[in-house]
Amino acid sequence: MHIPDGFLDPKTWITFNILSASGITFALNRIKKQIEEKSIPLIGVMAAFIFAAQMINFPVAGGTSGHFMGGVLAGILLGPLTGFVVLSTVLIIQCFIFQDGGLTVLGANIFNMGIIGSVLGTYLYRFFFKLLGSNKNNSLVSAFAGAWFSIVLAAISCAVQLAVSGTVPLITALPAMAGIHALIGIGEGIITVLVLSYIQRVRPDLLEVQKV
Amino acid sequence: MKKKIILTGLLISIALAVLLSPFASRHPDGLEKVAEDKKFISAEKDKAITPAPLSGYIFPGIKDRRVAVSLAGLTGTLFVFAVSISIGYLLKQKKQKG
Repeated sequence: MHIPDGFLDPKTWITFNILSASGITFALNRIKKQIEEKSIPLIGVMAAFIFAAQMINFPVAGGTSGHFMGGVLAGILLGPLTGFVVLSTVLIIQCFIFQDGGLTVLGANIFNMGIIGSVLGTYLYRFFFKLLGSNKNNSLVSAFAGAWFSIVLAAISCAVQLAVSGTVPLITALPAMAGIHALIGIGEGIITVLVLSYIQRVRPDLLEVQKV
Repeated sequence: MKKKIILTGLLISIALAVLLSPFASRHPDGLEKVAEDKKFISAEKDKAITPAPLSGYIFPGIKDRRVAVSLAGLTGTLFVFAVSISIGYLLKQKKQKG
């Protein structure tokens, strides 16, 4: 759901650039205080994996495709703020090197996929995990739910941005965006669960690294 | 042991980018599809404000589209890895100083 240039009006994209820039500044300051050397390679691998996986569009209903976003996976493994910075790094590189996602709307894309997708999605995962009771299986169920919501909520945020910009009425954009992303979210949930269960099996200690 | 998982993760990522990305679905994504159906796709400004070297995930100067996508994927994956690691070490250095 990378928004291209032209879909949002100036007041909207300027607002979201300010919001996302503030968010990144806040996140970097917090990470700086707590980062441990041993988690740095993991941050690199997570970012590389998300970039690669985002290239692989899978078909969903009606001639539409979707791809993995990775916000909740990164948030569970590294912490919500680090996940947010990882997503932001990927989005900035996609914008400048690959022209995927517009430059003016970079802040809006970072807000949707980083702040909603990673920060909010990860807190939803933690909420579900507490609600269900902490064990291995509930961790996967919660990850699926968090990942699904991260996509649907990011899509709703995108629909609101489009509506506020006067590009398309909310009554039209909201059900269309939420509907198709409810399907794409299932793919997000499945991939998130597959990767997490793989890590639970081969390196469960990675799930215990310090998270920011 | 730590190195092994990093290497495995990086190799999986490179494999995804190189081997699978050329065969990714080329259907419009969720937002593009909604933009087409709801008739606001024309609002899109295609022209890049800053010239992107690997625009559209195509490595320039290569005739075969699949090879060009593979190479763009490989370049991007390694670049994202390098940039993220660098940000990590920069933050770590500031932690020591501050």
